[in-house]
Amino acid sequence: MTFEVIGTYAVGLCLLIGGAFALIGTIGLLKFNDSMTRLHAPTKVGTIGVGAILLASVINSFVSGEGSMHELLIMAFLFVTAPISANFIAKVNIHKRACDTPPSPPRDDTWSTLAVPEADRSLADQNAKV
Amino acid sequence: MSAASDFLSIAIIFAFVAIALAQVMSMIRLVIGPTVGDRILALDTMVVNAIGLIVLLGLAQGTQIYFEVTLIIAMLGFVSTVAYARFILRGDIIE
Repeated sequence: MTFEVIGTYAVGLCLLIGGAFALIGTIGLLKFNDSMTRLHAPTKVGTIGVGAILLASVINSFVSGEGSMHELLIMAFLFVTAPISANFIAKVNIHKRACDTPPSPPRDDTWSTLAVPEADRSLADQNAKV
Repeated sequence: MSAASDFLSIAIIFAFVAIALAQVMSMIRLVIGPTVGDRILALDTMVVNAIGLIVLLGLAQGTQIYFEVTLIIAMLGFVSTVAYARFILRGDIIE
């Protein structure tokens, strides 16, 4: 068992894990029946799925001779931005009332995500009637 | 062909098929909705899957030239997701 053989098996294993996680996460996106539940499945695609494929690419570059760690940059960027975009999509769901409204806050009247500005109150009332 | 490179070529084909299927399924979710949050989420998943497909293409061809493409798509995907979400939340992207 030389380094090349072990490395090639590691690349193949990472690719299998990454492909399987991408597939399973997207099946979750398609099959779950609630907006907030659907939000949790594709986060695995962004972290383990693409992360394992990028790791496979790094290992493959070392096996084939010219080693490079470039892909770690993409991995770090994806890992940092995935929670931020998930938080934004959750706020969109709350704003659109696609899920249960959170319990009312202890101090103010309403959550800022649900608040309608003073200038738009009449428009929001019209929309509520229609 | 040794056993290791056979295994690697099978794994590459499996990963291509799995990510292509994932791309198609997230496109179905993009079309059927039903809420705008689901559509933004489906677009975000499609960007992440596209990153995976491009990395796989570079791995299958044995080149490094797709690295910059992947990095730019990752940045654009994040910015576009945040822009869509802010447009729904605030009615404007840059206030």
